[in-house]
This record gives sequence, C-alpha cells and structure tokens, in this order.
Amino acid sequence: MPAVLVEQLLNGFQLGILLFLIAAGLTLIFGVMQFINLAHGSLFMFGAYFSVAFQQLTGTFWLALLLTLGASFLLGLVFELALARRLYDRNHLEQILVTFGVILFANDLVVLIWGFEPQFSGIPDLLNGHVALFGDVGYPAYRIGIIVAGLAVAGALYLFVAHTRIGMLIRAGATNREMVALMGVNIKLIYAVVFGLGAVLAGFAGTLAGPIVSVQAGMGERILILAFVVIVIGGLGSVKGAFLGAMIVGGIDTLGRAFLRDVMDLVMPVAAASQAGPAIASMLTYLIMAVILFFRPQGLLPVKTR
Amino acid sequence: MLKFIMATAVSVGLAMPAVAQETKIQVGLIFSLSGSGAVLGQEMKRGTDLAFELLDGKLGGIQAEFIYEDDQQKPELGIQAANKLVRSDRVDFVVGPSYSNVMMAIHGPVTRSKTFLLSPNPAPAPLAGAECDPFYFATPFQNDQTSEAIGQYVNDQGFKSVYILGPNYQAGRDFLAGFKRYFEGEIVGEVYTPLDQTDFSAELTKVRASNPDAVFVAYPGGLGIQFVKQYEQAGLKDQLPLFTAFTVNGSVLPAMGEAALGVKSASHWAVNLDNPGNKRFVEAFEAKYGSVPSEFAAQAYDVIMLIDSAVAATGGNLDDPDAVRAAIKAANFESVRGEFTFNNNHHPIQDYYLLNVSKDDQGRLVQLSEGVIIEDFVDNYAKDCKM
Repeated sequence: MPAVLVEQLLNGFQLGILLFLIAAGLTLIFGVMQFINLAHGSLFMFGAYFSVAFQQLTGTFWLALLLTLGASFLLGLVFELALARRLYDRNHLEQILVTFGVILFANDLVVLIWGFEPQFSGIPDLLNGHVALFGDVGYPAYRIGIIVAGLAVAGALYLFVAHTRIGMLIRAGATNREMVALMGVNIKLIYAVVFGLGAVLAGFAGTLAGPIVSVQAGMGERILILAFVVIVIGGLGSVKGAFLGAMIVGGIDTLGRAFLRDVMDLVMPVAAASQAGPAIASMLTYLIMAVILFFRPQGLLPVKTR
Repeated sequence: MLKFIMATAVSVGLAMPAVAQETKIQVGLIFSLSGSGAVLGQEMKRGTDLAFELLDGKLGGIQAEFIYEDDQQKPELGIQAANKLVRSDRVDFVVGPSYSNVMMAIHGPVTRSKTFLLSPNPAPAPLAGAECDPFYFATPFQNDQTSEAIGQYVNDQGFKSVYILGPNYQAGRDFLAGFKRYFEGEIVGEVYTPLDQTDFSAELTKVRASNPDAVFVAYPGGLGIQFVKQYEQAGLKDQLPLFTAFTVNGSVLPAMGEAALGVKSASHWAVNLDNPGNKRFVEAFEAKYGSVPSEFAAQAYDVIMLIDSAVAATGGNLDDPDAVRAAIKAANFESVRGEFTFNNNHHPIQDYYLLNVSKDDQGRLVQLSEGVIIEDFVDNYAKDCKM
C-alpha cells in the first residue's frame, strides 16, 4: 500500500508541475497587465505542435525543445504586439471575447497546417525507461523528468522574479503599473517580456506534455480550465500562489481519482461507488476552489496590492 | 367518363416530365467534416470520394450527385442538414452521420420522410432493437458487437480476471457493458473516466496494484492515444496484455507510435482481409491517398457500393420503396468484408476478427487480422426488432 501511495503522490506532483508551468504564465500576464488570456491554452497547444514539427525536422527531442522555446517566445511577442497590446485598457469581458476568438482561430490554423489527425510526439531515448522505486515498482523516467524540469523552471522563475532587475520591474508593474510608467520605465517593453515569458512557459509545458497526451486541435482548452482553477486558488498575479494552487489541484485530482472510489466502496454498494466515485473525483477540484474562494476570495497567497 | 379520361390523361401528362427529370441519383452525406470529430468524418469522405471515383460518378449506371453536409459532431446541425437534404434537395439516399449522438437526432427526421438512411459508422442499440425502422440500415455493425467480440476472445483465451476502463458517457458505458456480456471471468475493476481527462497515471497505478490477468479499454480518439501511450510508458504493456475496442484505428495509430505495437482489438474488417472487394479498395485507396485506409473509410466506401448495387438491381427506378428496400437488403455487392448479409433488423451478420498492431513491410503501423473470433455474429438487439 505505501508504494501505491508514493506512486500516486508522484503522479499528483507531476500533474501539478505541468499545471504550474501553464498557470505561472497565465497569472503573470493577469497580474502585470490585468489581461485575461483565454488563448493561453493555445500557446500550450502551439508548443506541443512546434515540438512535433521540430522533432521531425531535427530528429532529436532536445534540439526541438530549444527551438520550441524560441518559437514560443516569438509567438508570444507577435501575439502581444498585434493583439494583446490593444486590449489592456479594455474591460475583462472584451478581453475574454477577443481571446476566445483567438482560440477558435488557433484551432483552425493548426488543422490547416498539420491536418486533422493527432500528431505523434516521442519521448527522448534518455528518458525512455523506468526508475526503480521501492525495489520492483518502476516509475516512468519521463515523468520524473517532467518533475525535475518543472522544479528547475520554478526555481529559475523565482530567482528571475525575486532577484533580478527585470523581475523587480515586473513585480512593481503587478503592484502599481501607473507608478512604474511614471517613473520612466518602458512599461511596454516590460509587458512584451512578460507576455513572451508566459508564452515560453506554456510552450515548454506543451513540449513536455506532448509525449503523454494527444497532440490535436483543442488540446489546450482542457488544461486551460484547470489552469484557471489553479490561479484563482493561488491568487491572481502570484507565482508562488500558482505553485501552491497547482500542487493542490494536481494532488487532489490525482488522489481523488486514485482513492475516492475505494473509500466509497466501504460505505455504499460497489456499483454505486463505481459511478459516484469518478464523478465526485472530477468535481472535487471545483469544490475545493469554491470552498477556498468562500473563505479567502483573494486566493491563498495573493499579491499585496496598493 | 370523359372527365375521368381527361383527369387520367392530365395526371399522366403531369407525371411524365417528373420521370423524365429523374436522370440523377442524389445522395446526401452528413459527416463530421470540421470540429473535434473531423478526423473520422474526413476519413469517411475519403472512402466515399474513392467509391465515387471508382464508379465513374455513377450509381447503378446512372449519373449520381453527392451532396456533402457538415454536422460538426453536433446533433442540432445534423438535424438542420438532414432536413435540408430530405426536404429541399429531396435526395434519394442519406448516408451518415459519423457519430451516434447525431444519429439519434437525425434518425427520426430522415426515416419519417421515407428516405433511406444508411449508416456508415454509428449503430446505436435502440435503433437495432425496438426502434428499428424499415428505412434505416446500419451497414458497418451494431455498436456493442466490437466489445462483445473482444470479450468473447478474452474469455476463450482463458483470462480469468480483467480490469476494464472507459470514458464516462453513454457509448463508453455501452462498450464496457458489451464486454461484460461475453466475458465470464472476474471483473477486478471497472472505471469510467471523465471525457476531458488527459492524465491516466492514477488509474494505471491502480491497475497495476490490482494485479489482473489482462486489461480491456474502450477509449475513442484522443483519449485512446493518451491511454495507450501512458500504458506503455508505465511499463504495463509488457506485463499485462491490453485488449481494446474502438481505441486503435487507422487515424490514431500514427500518433500512438510504437506504443501501440501488440495492442489487440476486434473488428469486422481488417486491411489484410483476403477478398476481391477489399483488395480492390485497399489498392485504390493507397494509390489515391498514399496511406493505409482505416475502417471508417472502408465502411463509408462499402455503403456507396451497396447503394450502387441496389440502384442497379431496381434498374434505376427508385419510386417503389419496397423494391429499393429489398434491393438494399439483398446486399448483392462485393463488400470489403467478403460475404455480407443483413439481419431482420437491417444490421449485418458478419465475421469478427482479432486485430493486432504490427508494422507492414514499409514500416508503417497497421492493424492486421490474425483470425476469426466469431463467425456470423448476430447482434444482441435483433430479437427486440419487430421487422
């Protein structure tokens, strides 16, 4: 039993890491620019598709990963310059409307370029194996790789935001952007950098997720909903909150799916538990979000604003 | 008396031009050509386009016109398309749709207009049993048969305990129910996952912990890709045989990659079936599209060939629905499945094969038949149909 528990915790942790990578960019963009970017899932999708294309071009996963990061950054910049920039002063509803349109556009664009069929994204040979935990239980090396990569990125992001000048400007912009602009900082450049950074994080998540999920049009929307739950739980604009929220959502979702049915088996007939267990497990994340919002509407680790 | 003769003459006179204008056979095809379900719809269109080309654009020797409509996998759009085809275009046959949810919506409107509806893929249970209709034909199979056949196979192979998983919607429940109907061993675990779930790591950990003899899943589309890839990554594929229904097919195999090797499924058709109809179809498909056909293209192709034989049998005269029905039911054509007969409920009686994923001599992933599981398989609902 303990081995199963450890494995499930690892599963939850890995799901959380993936969610964090997407949520971090999303929350930064909202925190600094007050911009709700529904199309963030599309950036995730493009990351996966780019990595597929570069893998086919170069034949290696690692080079494709680097190229994808660059391509995602460029995509983010283009998106910011062409579209997002014009929407910062608009109200949130208009931002939602426009970025929703971008989702539809992106899904059709992807089909236009790559076709309807789901694409194949491969695991690099280095990670194509198992790591032994507790003797004979083998955990997929690739998922360990995701955890390691995600933690590294989380650490790098923290250092960037907390200990560099640009990071300081970003945090200042999240707290009070008018003041930052008045102090002579090129706030437009900051915005572009933040957007590009968010796109890179989403693209990185897309590359990592590619080998495990189905690379097809619309793959961003499913994970986007969870990402929004994460940033709402964690606090809009807070990267630390995104990390905590991601761990909570990833953990609850996984452990709920893993154990809820067995728990319910103890108190109700098997057939009923079989139906109710998975249903409640999928509701659990939203229930938790509702409860947290009820007691602490600003999120668990909110950014202090003046 | 004179009035009677005049009335008859006028009616005959009016009827004549109508017959003279009937120079084209019109077929309305409702497929999911865009949206999330487009992979299937587009593959079906490839099958019907190929049939159109091989028949020189003629059905039964008469010039034919195909009118394609896109239902985007949405029932309300399917109804709109069906109404347009049967009411304003007044087509002679409706082929479609791609998915069961749309089928349940358009079945009524099409059959009530007394237009023949031939399904190239969905064959939901209600329409095979109590709600069977003289104007409805399901050419591929009945939805439950695929998982029933694999259940039979798993049973015959002596597996005593199986863990089964599927998506949490009507078709998912039907697929798993079909498996349980024919598998007589122990069901160690039965799990229904949400339709938008992308990560199966929790479920796979549980599967491993339960220690079954085998695993059965029915995960269509992207869900299947994710499950099979993650199944292999978890190291389960070598230890636990994986049996599937509706999970592995031609359109998702490239995305699954080598993770799909050795995954078994049941089907009424395989690309290597040795009969003249299939050989002709596979060769022509590869020549035209450069890829291995999937069963969706094969089924859609078969429907057109069936219509062609029915029109030929009635000599192009589609005015008598009973004659047309008899001609369709006779199924006197070279199906890609070889021998082909319809049951009383207008669903096929056919052989079911075990399919295994391997590589062909060009290194492409294909599903090849390894033998018959059930011969002349009759579906579970035929007895409920009063026809």
